[in-house]
Amino acid sequence: MVAITMAGALNRALHDAMDEDDRVVIFGEDVAELGGVFRVTDKLVERFGTDRCFDTPLAEAGIVGTAIGMAMYGYRPVVEIQFDGFSYPAFEQITSHLAKMPNRSRGTVRLPVVVRIPFGGGIGAVEHHSESPEALYAHTAGLKIVTPSTPSDAYALLRASITSPDPVLFFEPKRRYWAKEDVELPVETEAIGQAVVRRAGTTATLISYGPTVATCLEAAAAAAEEGWDLQVIDVRSLVPLDIDTLVAAVGATGRAIVVHEASVFGGIGAEIAAELLERAFYLLEAPVLRVGGFDIPYPASRLEHYHLPDVDRILDAVERSLAY
Amino acid sequence: MAIDSSSPDPRDLLPTDRPIQLLDVDGTLTEDPRWPIDLGDDQLVELYRLMVMARQIDAQAITLQRQGQLGVYASLRGQEAAQIGSAFALAPQDWVFPSYREMGVALVRGVDPADLLHVFRGTWLGAHDPAKHRFALITISIATQALHAAGFAMGAKLDGSDACAVAYMGDGATSEGDAHEAFNFASVFDAPCVFFVQNNQYAISVPVTRQTKAPTIAHKAIGYGMPGYRCDGNDVLGTYAVMRKALRHARDGNGPVLVEAVTYRMEAHTTADDPTRYRDDAELERWRARDPLSRFERFLRGRGVVDDDVAQTVDQVAKAEAQSVRAAIYDAPHGDPLELFSYVYAEPTQQLRDQRALLQDELSGQDA
Ligand SMILES: Cc1ncc(C[n+]2csc(CCOP(=O)(O)OP(=O)(O)O)c2C)c(N)n1
Repeated sequence: MVAITMAGALNRALHDAMDEDDRVVIFGEDVAELGGVFRVTDKLVERFGTDRCFDTPLAEAGIVGTAIGMAMYGYRPVVEIQFDGFSYPAFEQITSHLAKMPNRSRGTVRLPVVVRIPFGGGIGAVEHHSESPEALYAHTAGLKIVTPSTPSDAYALLRASITSPDPVLFFEPKRRYWAKEDVELPVETEAIGQAVVRRAGTTATLISYGPTVATCLEAAAAAAEEGWDLQVIDVRSLVPLDIDTLVAAVGATGRAIVVHEASVFGGIGAEIAAELLERAFYLLEAPVLRVGGFDIPYPASRLEHYHLPDVDRILDAVERSLAY
Repeated sequence: MAIDSSSPDPRDLLPTDRPIQLLDVDGTLTEDPRWPIDLGDDQLVELYRLMVMARQIDAQAITLQRQGQLGVYASLRGQEAAQIGSAFALAPQDWVFPSYREMGVALVRGVDPADLLHVFRGTWLGAHDPAKHRFALITISIATQALHAAGFAMGAKLDGSDACAVAYMGDGATSEGDAHEAFNFASVFDAPCVFFVQNNQYAISVPVTRQTKAPTIAHKAIGYGMPGYRCDGNDVLGTYAVMRKALRHARDGNGPVLVEAVTYRMEAHTTADDPTRYRDDAELERWRARDPLSRFERFLRGRGVVDDDVAQTVDQVAKAEAQSVRAAIYDAPHGDPLELFSYVYAEPTQQLRDQRALLQDELSGQDA
């Protein structure tokens, strides 16, 4: 067993995918010599050459739009958007074509493209580098939306995303890039679309994904001191959403709190809460609560800790849930 | 991707002072060794047949729209030479990335015109299989297909294939950011791509003078380090010769070319548009005198390859073809509603299976 970081696991996944399939090509801004600003594509150009890993001009619509064209040719592009807030220039290519062309073509055109997007805050960055835009994309039919919370999942889910026949937006929780796990890679890949129980518990269920799964686990550890036994679920795939696992988990505790960094209004938490109400109404002891960022533009870095859900905000919500 | 990092001499990239024209408005051919054409009489007649066919089917499509059979239709009338001349220069392995006005190009590629009209009818969002004819589905979101063409060409280059990608787009499209990014990507990567811009003078109501301050659209090419060619888009032979050279340039590994075909949209932007609000009859008349089809026909008659008999046969065949397109479209059933869930993903998700069941219930409720 060796301790491996999430960035390292992602790098290994890209490496292994390129090794296995010549059609996998990587491109984006600064992904070649530099290895990406987070080093996720480190040394891939050395290993696979400039045909398989190359820097593009600085243009996100161009990156995603040409990835679509290359996929139509027969490649399997894995492209990097440098930061969450810079996925917006590519919004049209993602939502109007990447998401829709397979359906438009009655399945005759498949777009096996992975768009990797480092997302979320907590790294003290300047504006546009800390956003959580997953709900914008999850609302667009035709995309799969995946986000890992551990190094081994980062490996397994990225490998699964690259072999997926459908386009995948792969959201990487950038403040967890350097979190380590003792794991031997490669791990088995798992199908996209399965939530996982990260911590068993009976008092209430915390449902989260990406960067806030670790926060929920911290909250659960703190709660244990208070005598609360919190269950933690990692959703992992926002689209498709594994609602069955969520219903089963919440059925056992009767209480659910959805936690994410993104603003709560119209967010993934709202979707999960609505699904749980529709499917598990009689199993619930309390309304499903949401804990997230406020409905404000992402704040300046010295204020971001007021915005981001932390252990206290999560435990306050547990307390509110238990009060019912 | 391996790229040639030398900068070209800007003088090699500039378009000619005047649009390249081989056939003048009277149908007189002046050959030019810089823009050779290699067409035998059979191919000339084939070009003519395709142009007549495009015009007839286009007229039929407008009729179908007026009769409520199509939701909307974007006519290519006036642009037959630009479309058919350019597409005639394509090699079988080349791919076309069209906008929504490319019926003429589709005909050259062998796409069933009824399949394009099904899209305008609203039968389904797309109808033909792109790979079969190397003709992508029509693109409505302006200029976005230019990036698909650039990316496809990058793929062809990586693969060492000799296929070129051609993006068909309008003058208005050249203002979009995606056009800029496509020109830039294709050029930086020396991708075998041709951007074929039909400058039909308008983007709905907005004249081309409002799109760019560049001397011409072809001049924009220089900013990307690619050559800009400018041709008389109402001259089918000039357009063919220019496109042939552009494709040769791209195929030989020299990177992309921007071609501007100067033409005119004789009809409204679409059947939903009222062009009398923004252009006058005098302008229309001036362009009518430059009609691409009658010009070409004059040339062919002068050359003796078309006479009244040939013209009549071609016309009859085209009318029959337009009638069969009409038959395919008229009162055609829409797609299967339960198929709405089938292609969103390779395998429908549980959510989609549930929603499909819901719709199925609604449908059986209607039957009851
Ligand atoms: C991104 C986008 N913006 C606006 C429109 C609405 N629209 C449809 S056609 C058109 C004009 C396009 O003009 P041009 O590119 O010159 O092509 P033409 O229609 O003349 O062939 C506009 C504005 C659109 N389809 N896509």
